[in-house]
Amino acid sequence: MKQFSAFFLSAALSVAAATGAFAEDKTIKIGVLTDNSGLYSDLGGAGSTVAAQMAIEDSAMAAKGWKIDLISADHQNKPDIATSIARQWIDVEKVDILMDVLNSAVGLAVNNVVKQKNSIMINTGAGTSDLTNAQCTPNTIHWVYDTYMLANNTGQAMVKAGGDTWFFLTADYNFGAALERDTTAVVLANGGKVVGGVKPPLNTPDFSSFLLQAQASKAKVIGLANAGGDTTNSIKQAAEFGIVAGGQKLAGLLLFITDVHSLGLKVAQGLNLTETFYWDLNDGTRAFSKRFSERMKTKAMPSMAQAGVYSGLIHYFKALEAMGDNPHDGAKVVAKMKELPTDDALFGKGSIRADGRKLHTAYLFEVKKPEESKGPWDYYKLIATTPGDQAFRPLSESTCPLVKK
Amino acid sequence: MQALYAQLLVGLINGSFYALLSLGLAVIFGMLNIINFAHGAVYMMGAFCAYFLLSLGGIGYWWALIIAPIAVGIFGMILERTMLQWLAGLDHLYGLLLTFGIALIVQGIFQNYFGSSGLPYAIPDYPQIGDWRGLQGGINLGFMFLPIYRGWVVIFSLVVCVATWYLIERTQLGAYLRAATENPALVRAFGINVPRMITLTYGLGVGLAALAGVLAAPINQVRPLMGADLIIVVFAVVVIGGMGSIMGSIVTGFALGVIEGMTKYFYPEASNTVVFVLMVLVLLVKPTGLTGKAT
Repeated sequence: MKQFSAFFLSAALSVAAATGAFAEDKTIKIGVLTDNSGLYSDLGGAGSTVAAQMAIEDSAMAAKGWKIDLISADHQNKPDIATSIARQWIDVEKVDILMDVLNSAVGLAVNNVVKQKNSIMINTGAGTSDLTNAQCTPNTIHWVYDTYMLANNTGQAMVKAGGDTWFFLTADYNFGAALERDTTAVVLANGGKVVGGVKPPLNTPDFSSFLLQAQASKAKVIGLANAGGDTTNSIKQAAEFGIVAGGQKLAGLLLFITDVHSLGLKVAQGLNLTETFYWDLNDGTRAFSKRFSERMKTKAMPSMAQAGVYSGLIHYFKALEAMGDNPHDGAKVVAKMKELPTDDALFGKGSIRADGRKLHTAYLFEVKKPEESKGPWDYYKLIATTPGDQAFRPLSESTCPLVKK
Repeated sequence: MQALYAQLLVGLINGSFYALLSLGLAVIFGMLNIINFAHGAVYMMGAFCAYFLLSLGGIGYWWALIIAPIAVGIFGMILERTMLQWLAGLDHLYGLLLTFGIALIVQGIFQNYFGSSGLPYAIPDYPQIGDWRGLQGGINLGFMFLPIYRGWVVIFSLVVCVATWYLIERTQLGAYLRAATENPALVRAFGINVPRMITLTYGLGVGLAALAGVLAAPINQVRPLMGADLIIVVFAVVVIGGMGSIMGSIVTGFALGVIEGMTKYFYPEASNTVVFVLMVLVLLVKPTGLTGKAT
């Protein structure tokens, strides 16, 4: 009897083990960690969740037997809140991939958690180029843009157009510092000079005091190393104090289309800015943006950060499909994503480098005059196009430990 | 030195917003004993009201200065009648919690429909008399370029502040009002409708906030969170000036604007916190605030 039960048990176990080996794990859990209520909620926020939902639907993963869950949370632009949500998501909720994670301070904090726990972050909103430089990890991909790229494109264009003396208005946290640092390097490399700068705290409603200091510096270009509501307020108030009319130029180093919409063309006209996505670039971007806008309560067109969430997830799904199932091993999936070339309707063909930098074309735009615009959200004129391999920091300059030299 | 003059003037301009907002708070606290945390939300509603008047009805800035405070004031009076009046006689904390909740709901609704980055509202370009194009443009003062609109904001706020102070401290109506807060039963015995007076006072306080909102619309973006960003500073102003003291809040409002402006010049990183450091210092020395009376 004893022998029989032992045999039966071992048989049962081997059957279980065999079925276990064949049962592919086709479950995915996606977490959109973003600013749902603060100054960056228009460029990420609910729109990022809509973009993620659209990616899930368009990928048709469900029809191929995958089960995908999507959750989202508001990090309130606070790194401590963000990291505790990230830990809870990865440990308890078994989230496989974190999307969006805008705000550089938040992005860098979550970057550490994601590495520790071998999860995945596709960062589409934070600007700091440190994410793929000194602080790069095998678990993070920086998708849309970074401070180096903005500096390299907008900064260089402004210096070449004669703006060789700069004064910086820098948001007082990691993103601002990184953007100022990267732009300063570009200005100096092109023979320009930085004559001064000031660091207003994040979320300042009144910039007049700082703008007066910039005006007094007599610099040819005032570099706005800030984002979101801070940028729109500084541009609006600069117009009020006659700064542009007085001959100084404003360089909006990071401007999203939602910011231009909020400023109105009357104030924003003539500004140069760099983006990697614009809804009116081609048929693919227009089709996506129209569907996106219909789903949004504010009827807004997607920002490049939101488009990045869609594009990033589409590529993630592609990697998982190529692997056949979800190993729930962050570094392994990211390695696969780096192996495969990227291609989608929004950002076109591209690739992901060893340091986690996603490469794609960058565009220099000029904001249209009110009379040039044909309707709502028709805001940009294309000035220049830079291919992906030239737009971002060259791998040879990278201090990322993942890059073998 | 020139830069310093410019900073002083800019500080004064910000101070006028603080004064106008803290004045409304002081009136409401002084007369109703309510710590009105919804003040930031009604300030934001004033700005949105101006935006709606312009975009939907084509009604410009000058009319908005009159219509928006009245419309938002009426909203305030409805709030007072339907909710706040039931808190009369209870601890301050109940009023604070209720108005804080109202503020969150109102801001949430606006944010849901209009997003967070705000809507544009231009500086009025009429009436056009000769070279003057409304309040657009500016004057070169030698030490700085002063936008006409900013100058207008300071003068207009000063006039409104002084008028409100006069109304409450120097007129018959104001005397009734002050008496009603001291001893409502006695004032009622004289045949004065105390609840109606309280409602009107709340409407006035809220209207002042809405007026500040209209004034702010052309300077800042019209944003759902514009009030939330400002309200804590304004509370600090009221606490420093002495809760409920009308003159105290006006003077402190302007003074703190200037101090903040100076900080932005000498040490910008501290400009968001300097007001609170001052608040702590004042409360340590004089817990009732600079001009407040112990109750």
